Amino acid sequence: MSIDILMPALSPTMEEGVLAKWHVAVGDTVKAGDVIAEIETDKATMEVEAVDEGVISALLVAAGTEGVKVNRVIAQLDSEGESEGEAAPPPSPAAPGLLPRGEDLEASNPPPLGEVDREAVEGVLQSTDRIAASPLARRLARAAGLDLATISGSGPHGRIIKRDIDAQAGRRPVTAQATPTQASAPRQVQSLEEMGIAPGSYDLIPLDGMGKTIARRMTDSFRDIPHFPLTIDLELNALLEARTRINAGLEASGVKVSVNDLIIRCAALALKRVPMANASYTPQGIAVHHHADIAVAVAIDGGLITPIIRAAETKGLAQIATEMKDLAARARARKLKPEEFQGGTFSISNLGMFGIKSFASIINEPQGAILSVGTGEKRAVVRGDSLAIATVMTVTLTCDHRVLNGTIGAQWLNEFKRLIEDPLMMLV
Amino acid sequence: MEFDLVIIGAGPGGYVAAIRASQLGMTVAIVEREALGGVCLNWGCIPTKALLKSGDLYETLSHLEDYGLSVTGRSYDFTKVIERSRGVSKQLSSGVAFLMKKHKITVIEGTAKLEKSMPSPKVVVALKAGGNRTVQAKNVILATGARARVIEAAGLVPDGERIWSYREAMVPKSAPKRLLVIGSGAIGIEFASFYRSLGSEVTVIEALDRILPVEDEEVSIAAKKAFERRGLAFRVGAKVVKLAKTAKGVVVDLEVGGKAERLEADIAIVAVGITGNVENLGLEALGVKVERGHVVTNAHSATSVAGLYAIGDVAGPPWLAHKASHEGVHCVEHLAGGKPSNLTAPIPGCTYANPQVASVGQTEAQAKAAGHEVRVGRFPFRVNGKAIAAGDTEGFVKTVFDAKTGALLGAHLIGAEVTEMIQGFAIAMTLEATEAELMATVFPHPTMSEAMHESVLDAYGRALHL
Repeated sequence: MSIDILMPALSPTMEEGVLAKWHVAVGDTVKAGDVIAEIETDKATMEVEAVDEGVISALLVAAGTEGVKVNRVIAQLDSEGESEGEAAPPPSPAAPGLLPRGEDLEASNPPPLGEVDREAVEGVLQSTDRIAASPLARRLARAAGLDLATISGSGPHGRIIKRDIDAQAGRRPVTAQATPTQASAPRQVQSLEEMGIAPGSYDLIPLDGMGKTIARRMTDSFRDIPHFPLTIDLELNALLEARTRINAGLEASGVKVSVNDLIIRCAALALKRVPMANASYTPQGIAVHHHADIAVAVAIDGGLITPIIRAAETKGLAQIATEMKDLAARARARKLKPEEFQGGTFSISNLGMFGIKSFASIINEPQGAILSVGTGEKRAVVRGDSLAIATVMTVTLTCDHRVLNGTIGAQWLNEFKRLIEDPLMMLV
Repeated sequence: MEFDLVIIGAGPGGYVAAIRASQLGMTVAIVEREALGGVCLNWGCIPTKALLKSGDLYETLSHLEDYGLSVTGRSYDFTKVIERSRGVSKQLSSGVAFLMKKHKITVIEGTAKLEKSMPSPKVVVALKAGGNRTVQAKNVILATGARARVIEAAGLVPDGERIWSYREAMVPKSAPKRLLVIGSGAIGIEFASFYRSLGSEVTVIEALDRILPVEDEEVSIAAKKAFERRGLAFRVGAKVVKLAKTAKGVVVDLEVGGKAERLEADIAIVAVGITGNVENLGLEALGVKVERGHVVTNAHSATSVAGLYAIGDVAGPPWLAHKASHEGVHCVEHLAGGKPSNLTAPIPGCTYANPQVASVGQTEAQAKAAGHEVRVGRFPFRVNGKAIAAGDTEGFVKTVFDAKTGALLGAHLIGAEVTEMIQGFAIAMTLEATEAELMATVFPHPTMSEAMHESVLDAYGRALHL
């Protein structure tokens, strides 16, 4: 019996991925648990394991193929005892996979919509993709701004039918409903050449999965969320002193607490004390999260990723420091599991190490706020009526106004400031 | 256990379910108290089609001059018309027997009764040949069908002599001179059409304000006009107060628009709906939920009792053979652990009168009532080339679309052979085609089916031949 191996969804939001590498060849015998392929998703590289036992009879997508849709058949396995002898040969590297690149090109260069019926053209373009869906389902999905690739079909052979669209449309938050343009398509109406940049005057770095995801999510967030920044200065002297003492105490254990770790801890405690800052907007209401799952932006080669310290308000500094070190190291190696970088409730982005004084980050949906941390530097401060020198850091909280207004944002920042400026308050 | 599945009733629901179960590797027994093929094949769909063919041919002979032909000595032999109809049923019933044998299905001739047991009720069969046989299976499917509904208070009770049900109407000694048909659903209209074609004076009585009341209103109106041109008479909005026998025939007292009216005839056919065969099966003792003469079932035809399923007429409307078969296949595939295609596929309905009527999906009024903004297309056969050539210009094709999504919500046809055309729209609806795919489909020329295409085009103001 031939078993189809499908492109796995490695995270709930994954729509497509890059089939980075095959670990098996046609004719190889595999057993459950064997690593058969590596898949690069928008955020990480993951290994795919065989679920069934048998002989690989066909590899249907060549290594290096981009944009492989979730649930596409990528290989076939003959379960033991039978060999069909009609296994497709592996595709040659020159012709990568079943999903012809040409189709993508066609889709991205639609013919000019002159007198041609726009809908008819869209219909043709739609029909070139390989998602099985009824004509009515396609039309309903388009009207509702739903991506068919994200919908699983309940019709024969997994065909997407009207019922599936209805179900999906019912679940979906009503944010960008029925906008005629594709809601999350990055806006690019003209090519660079059309905008006056000479051909050949630049190098084009193709977007990988992560690049595309960042482009889409940031565009959506910046456009759709009514956001505003709140900025405040914090004096760090007490915190730095505390850090020195803490690290001296931890020396034997080999753990070293960074300023960033202290910021995470203070942010978590502040969130616990001002719960409305730890919340998400949903059409049904404001979801106030039970725990402060703090996503910390880590720059990695070719992008950015936000590993999460879960329930940070319950964790001590040593634990936060240890976890953060591990997460950051694995983030740089692109070895994070999806659950380690998805589903945070609040984010922190720190550009202090680059000397940035202050900035306002873009909110990471569905979080209600993100804290941007600037550099800590000696500045002149006014104490009473005289000038003094203090180590000062400027932080900015970008808020989703649907979730928290200026007063709540200010409350949170003041709570955070109190903790940073008087670290003993962490014990309260 | 002796069998994986026992099916009670070998009509189009039961025997089809049995074949599918056998294909899926189950051991199957089917219990039938009368004849394989059930009412459909022996007393319903099939033999009436044989009668109607004879009637239509005979009626055609009366206007052969339209085609430049003539015939003298037009006549019919009623006994032979009936014999032919019985022969057709017999041929098909033995065909079912062959299919049962081919699929190694055990046929048990007798009357079944259910008794409490696990994992499914025990089936005790009082054998035709005498004695009892008890069979225990993993699952039991009730496919006992239905019979003509009687309304005693109004005297709507067949007596087999002058008040007929469909059964007596299928095998009389002679065609009645004056006939009353009570009920203008598919069954009533088909008999009315048949007997009219043989020259009977026929009056159809309908309680609602239009004939074929389940059809789209425009179709009802067109059908009434067409039938009236053939000499059929109608009393709509007429409540039967009392039907009674007289010395020589029947008399019916009606209330039409508050006024009393009396009609006399030789024979009356009662066709006022049907009721499920739920009696004497032991359902009450098992605690099977029965409502309004039908067994209550869920989406996979399961009853309220473990291991007991019900399909077809006994499980409720629409009372159509193809609905029973479809449910049977679905139920068995579900029992086999598969994921059968959904039961929400639209079910077409056909009436084989002259002219024929066929429909699928919602009527215009139903679509509007369901909140759809609609686009309606119509195309008459009188401007269709093939229809004109064949002299079949009666009728039209009407299509109803959702204006917002282009979904085909319903199609309503009246005319020659429209019962063979409706399936095109049924496929379109099941595949969830929109007006765009229907418009893009190539229809062969010259056919009456081109009117289907034109109707779709008309809904969007693009009809080519109007």
